[in-house]
Amino acid sequence: MSLRQIAFYGKGGIGKSTTSQNTLAALAEMGQKILIVGCDPKADSTRLILHAKAQDTVLSLAADAGSVEDLELEDVLRVGYRDIRCVESGGPEPGVGCAGRGVITAINFLEENGAYDGVDYVSYDVLGDVVCGGFAMPIRENKAQEIYIVMSGEMMAMYAANNISKGILKYANAGGVRLGGLICNERQTDKEYELADALAKKLGTSLIHFVPRDNVVQHAELRRMTVLEYDPESRQAAEYRTLAQKIHANKGNGTIPTPITMDELEDLLLEFGIMQKEDESIVGKAKAA
Amino acid sequence: MSAATLEKSDDKTREVAQTRALIDEVLEVYPEKAGKKRAKHLNVYEEGKPDCGVKSNIKSLPGVMTIRGCAYAGSKGVVWGPIKDMVHVSHGPVGCGQYSWATRRNYYNGTTGVDAFGAMQITSDFQEKDIVFGGDKKLDKLVDEITQVFPLAKGISIQSECPIGLIGDDIEAVSKKKSKEIGLPMVPVRCEGFRGVSQSLGHHIANDAIRDWVFDKADYEQPFESTPYDVVLMADYNIGGDAWSSRILLEEMGLRVIGQGTGDATLKEIEMMPRAKLLLLHCYRSMNYIARHVEEKYGVPWFEYNLFGPTKIAESLRGIAAFFDDTIKEKAEQVIAKYTALSQAVIDKYKPRLAGKKVMLYVGGLRPRHVVGAYEDLGMEVVGTGYEFGHGDDYQRTTHYVKDGTLIYDDVSSFELEKFAEKIRPDLMASGVKEKYIFQKMGIPFRQMHSWDYSGPYHGFDGFAIFARDMDMAINSPVWGMTKAPWKK
Repeated sequence: MSLRQIAFYGKGGIGKSTTSQNTLAALAEMGQKILIVGCDPKADSTRLILHAKAQDTVLSLAADAGSVEDLELEDVLRVGYRDIRCVESGGPEPGVGCAGRGVITAINFLEENGAYDGVDYVSYDVLGDVVCGGFAMPIRENKAQEIYIVMSGEMMAMYAANNISKGILKYANAGGVRLGGLICNERQTDKEYELADALAKKLGTSLIHFVPRDNVVQHAELRRMTVLEYDPESRQAAEYRTLAQKIHANKGNGTIPTPITMDELEDLLLEFGIMQKEDESIVGKAKAA
Repeated sequence: MSAATLEKSDDKTREVAQTRALIDEVLEVYPEKAGKKRAKHLNVYEEGKPDCGVKSNIKSLPGVMTIRGCAYAGSKGVVWGPIKDMVHVSHGPVGCGQYSWATRRNYYNGTTGVDAFGAMQITSDFQEKDIVFGGDKKLDKLVDEITQVFPLAKGISIQSECPIGLIGDDIEAVSKKKSKEIGLPMVPVRCEGFRGVSQSLGHHIANDAIRDWVFDKADYEQPFESTPYDVVLMADYNIGGDAWSSRILLEEMGLRVIGQGTGDATLKEIEMMPRAKLLLLHCYRSMNYIARHVEEKYGVPWFEYNLFGPTKIAESLRGIAAFFDDTIKEKAEQVIAKYTALSQAVIDKYKPRLAGKKVMLYVGGLRPRHVVGAYEDLGMEVVGTGYEFGHGDDYQRTTHYVKDGTLIYDDVSSFELEKFAEKIRPDLMASGVKEKYIFQKMGIPFRQMHSWDYSGPYHGFDGFAIFARDMDMAINSPVWGMTKAPWKK
């Protein structure tokens, strides 16, 4: 099987890392060889697989050694649950330097040193807000081919999903990047499934899976484990398995997204009764004392 | 009107019409939108108008070969670089420092590497990890190294290259901390090259850094023995010794030059500006900002003067003297009288060889107007001029220098300038090194008006003699008679 490169994007705090690690663990269960590339200076994209926060990020090691050319692949690769290989790009402390450049440096290093040899899946877990070009690196040419957007029924999560679609569209014609689908991580907002499904249709994609909310995820997280490992018989583990199967079967089904305008997004919320129509009297008004 | 004058004015009208047609012809090759934009930067000066009728200080068009530089060039290369007893750090990757190495021929006294650092290049040489993790720690360390290697350095300036602004390094915090540690002034300058439309913003930013990090940190309560005749000669970068040939005139007329800058300046001399009775401003464009600040905050007036060619020199020395008492005024007259014989001898020698020769100028922010008088003293005529990075006020000031019908080109593109020269066939093109060889290959004599072509000084009476010789050398060189197209028998 040829290498599949996928990436998880979505609003910060939406549960990208949790969803991706659980899904990838399920894919590993299916016998797939997986490499996770964490593209976030916080370096917590592989925590549940490794049972620890990765200390030796590509960039911290490169800084210690002098430059990235001084590193070997073995220095940065860690192997976790079901032989999932894990790398964290790492990056500077908040407020200094350029984390985006760090992502570019780290990914180039991994490619040049053959980190992708012999794996079935490379998965990029990218910082929530695509704040600059560096974080768009995985959606550019020859990087991730399928993007999965993790979102929920909350307005801002949907807004972020739409923005990420714009980013994919920008590179879709130059490179081969496609939108694989939306993954709704349930927040128990009103008509969440319907809304997510409608947004997916508007974006020219599909809601690939609706992951219900379940406390077992928190229990697993506290133990720095995926649900697949902590409680493989649970219903939630089965959900992640279903999602993994869907992603596995989704090969080549990615689409070029059709992002919508802010107005269209608001119309969508109106349609589902999340927003009241044209009630100008409430705009900018604080709650009465 | 007599028949003769009428004919002459007809000639003039025809000439102006021809020049306008030339502008139209040059604009024709551009795509419509680009042509429309460039049209606003080209004009024929009409006498009596308050400015030259061109737009300026606007972003250059993508796709044209502009001759402009960047903000870093304006700060590091022009304003800060010549201050000789400071180490100026090119902060960022190595290229900007490498290509701005050495000087703009701003001469200085001192021993390079010991107590003067003008021609040296010190860079923080950013690597990938400095971009990713920020370069503040490296800067901190670099300052310590500078103090060890150059113990006689009197201060350090940080000249920001583009990445510093992009990654948001806090060079101000490092400067404050290190300044305390090493007990020397440190000046962070935010002159990232992407800022502004040309080097002009770099001058402004550099001026602001003088205000915030030199004046505001200096102790003006310290006793200072002043005289009524204290002046600071500023915005003279001492190209080929220009400031030196200017300074002697000021001293001869009884003024005390308590500072000059930034050519051959020490940091202490820069600090002197607020202590002067009068600031003398040669390059208005690059340092008017700090002059205005000193006037506002310290009440020191400033005066834009011009020491190119005997006419303007005499005018300027009288203008300067007008700020002082009769002793100075008398001495100014004596100085002018003393040098009249010298400049007359220069004119007698070179005017017969140069009279009637046409000149096209294209320089930075001052010389497109300032050197006009010097050419006219030699009987030459400036037929076209323009600024790389002049602003509206420069084009207003230009009206005092140029004649009716002069071709004006702002931020000219290589194509436009070549085309103009091809049609006008001036006897001399006076511009920069990037232009030099193109025009020489076209068979047009050329002089570099940024660096004086390894010559100079051109300021002052002494400089005028050298200026005249150099122009003659270029125009009347026998080499031009030897160039013939091989297909022409």
